[in-house]
Amino acid sequence: MSKHTLSVLVENKPGVLARIAALFSRRGFNIDSLAVGPTEHPSVSRMTVVVDVEDSPLEQVTKQLNKLVNVLKIVELEPGHSVQRELLLLKIRTDPETRPHILQTVELFRAKVVDVATDAVTIEATGSSDKLEALLKVLEPYGIRELVQSGVVAVGRGPRSITDRTLRPVDRLERSA
Amino acid sequence: MPQNESTQDHGTTMTGAASLVRSLEAVGVDTVFGIPGGAILPAYDPMFDSKQIRHVLVRHEQGAGHAAEGYALATGKVGVCMATSGPGATNLVTAIADAHMDSVPMVAVTGQVASAAIGTDAFQEADIRGITMPITKHNYLVTDPEEIPRVIAEAFHIASTGRPGPVLVDIAKDAMQMTTTFRWPVELDLPGYRPVTRPHSKQVREAARLMSAAKRPVLYVGGGVLRARAWQELRQLAELTGFPVVTTLTARGAFPDSHPQHLGMPGMHGSVAAVTALQKSDLIVALGARFDDRVTGKLSSFAPGAKIVHADIDPAEISKNRVADVPIVGDCKEVLTDLIAAFEAAQAEGESGDRTGWWQQLNQWRERYPLGYTTNEDGELAPQYVIERIGRIAGPEAIYVAGVGQHQMWASQFISYEHPGTWLNSGGLGTMGFAVPAAMGAKAGRPEATVWAIDGDGCFQMTNQELATCAIEGIPIKVAVINNASLGMVRQWQTLFYDGRYSNTDLDSRRIPDFAKLAEAYGCVGLRCENADDVDATIEKAMAVNDRPVVVDFGVHRDAMVWPMVAAGTSNDEIQIARGMAPEWDRSDD
Repeated sequence: MSKHTLSVLVENKPGVLARIAALFSRRGFNIDSLAVGPTEHPSVSRMTVVVDVEDSPLEQVTKQLNKLVNVLKIVELEPGHSVQRELLLLKIRTDPETRPHILQTVELFRAKVVDVATDAVTIEATGSSDKLEALLKVLEPYGIRELVQSGVVAVGRGPRSITDRTLRPVDRLERSA
Repeated sequence: MPQNESTQDHGTTMTGAASLVRSLEAVGVDTVFGIPGGAILPAYDPMFDSKQIRHVLVRHEQGAGHAAEGYALATGKVGVCMATSGPGATNLVTAIADAHMDSVPMVAVTGQVASAAIGTDAFQEADIRGITMPITKHNYLVTDPEEIPRVIAEAFHIASTGRPGPVLVDIAKDAMQMTTTFRWPVELDLPGYRPVTRPHSKQVREAARLMSAAKRPVLYVGGGVLRARAWQELRQLAELTGFPVVTTLTARGAFPDSHPQHLGMPGMHGSVAAVTALQKSDLIVALGARFDDRVTGKLSSFAPGAKIVHADIDPAEISKNRVADVPIVGDCKEVLTDLIAAFEAAQAEGESGDRTGWWQQLNQWRERYPLGYTTNEDGELAPQYVIERIGRIAGPEAIYVAGVGQHQMWASQFISYEHPGTWLNSGGLGTMGFAVPAAMGAKAGRPEATVWAIDGDGCFQMTNQELATCAIEGIPIKVAVINNASLGMVRQWQTLFYDGRYSNTDLDSRRIPDFAKLAEAYGCVGLRCENADDVDATIEKAMAVNDRPVVVDFGVHRDAMVWPMVAAGTSNDEIQIARGMAPEWDRSDD
């Protein structure tokens, strides 16, 4: 198995997330991570889906997704040719003795502290899965009180956009609405 | 989708319900099968006045769904069914799933509780859009009456184009009651829906090159050829190439059974010639077919020496089960047209495989292992004989509609299909109870045709209440109940794979109910036949009744089995022509 990152452009309509999630489960594919958000087009949302499958089932996933009427475009983003990021929020137990060590780690990883309490700090970090994993490894011994992580969002490197050409028909409809 | 001049409307004020009926009229609907209820009630009021739409009041929503399928399969138009919220909508689910599996163009309109009540577990509320998500091509929940015309136009467009399928439109009751403006035509808002119909010319040329060079080719024809209405092109290509043709269960009638190049149906109960031709071929040209497990048998051993040309309008079907060497995405009509030209060009270049040896072999298999059956020693009626005689007497112009099981396989095997749209059945989903309501829908769509439902006693008892609909609405179908008093196909498997332990397959339906009396009670003519000598006369008698439905209870031998058979999960090489009997292959055949 290998991880694949799919950028799925969808119409911003009710039920689209359910359709996509249901399709994955019905066809027996596992979603590793999922992130949904708006794009520069108000009527278009972008989902970044990371799936753990072989190449030929991946082709089936893509084809089946393409059949959904609300799906506009699917692009696989290769790790080498794209920027892939996750967001991590982490609540760590601290005391006066451990705090400096934690803050130093935060700095090393270019993360930041977003909330402080007497016996805990909350850290925000963004980065690739590998970087966040490394950060977690270092902070784990101090005691993780709570952890929340976003799905991967990704964008291709270079000047080209996956949204400009395909979304012309959507733009036209947006203007006429 | 027709949006012609006569339906133009630049803006008239009316209720959402009236807008729905106007929209249905504007897309050309002439028949709706359904049952009213609370949430859909507003729509039934303006429909009462429609001069264009005939509403057929069924007895169960499943019947409405299958009737819409039968109508669609017999006419080529989109079938329409309608139901209320909650149980009305959930009763449609089986038929919607059936239409999805067999790519039948259908639009289901359901009422939903008022928008403010959605999500509150209101009376008769069910999330039918959520429920039908995996079994529709697309579906809608409408809460704004302004959207009704566009959604209806889109639903019919989606259902009938590309790979056809069912679309469900769920409309909140208040959206139907509110006042809105009806405008027509409407602009479709489907930026993500662009079915590819034009095949890639490079792939077509590559296919033609393989075809021209092939020594043991087969045209593997699926239901897609019928959906694309490409039977003429198919015949042209077949005759141009001289290739043998096999037609799957959903494609029967796409190529005349009487044609010398036709080897019959492939698959679990296919003819030896059709199954073996695929198995031994060096090139399979799949047209609108999907390499279903019932056709391929054990996939890893299917047609091991064959290259695959796979043409389908649905890209997701290509290389889903069997990897295609030449994938062609496109509408079968266009694909076939292009293949004809490309094959001619390839022939002109002089590459041509010698196929005389192949035909010798095919003819040998055909002659040595024709479809057949043995009559029972104690004189009990052979079900195959009954079905064969119905086919002979009603002829190739009649429409035959089957349920699911042994009778379905025999009806596919022993009736000769010469025309497209004359064989309707539930292939992918295998829905028992399909025949009576689907026959009703077919007859409503093509009233001039003789429509025979070939049903089993198990199937018949699942949906026969639609006989009341047929009798009252003047839809005189004919039903042959092939009554072996058991769930015959399941019983056959018990015979073969469970040591003859007949757990819960005895329906005792030679005793209860009395089908002839049941037919009479429903206002139909009820006949009974248990003797081979009476079969023809009984069929003739049924053929003579045209003012109401007829049900013939044919009491048949219950141990009759469907042969040939490739047992589930085994290789097509293991085909048996009777219990424990494999065809004898010449050494030179292999």
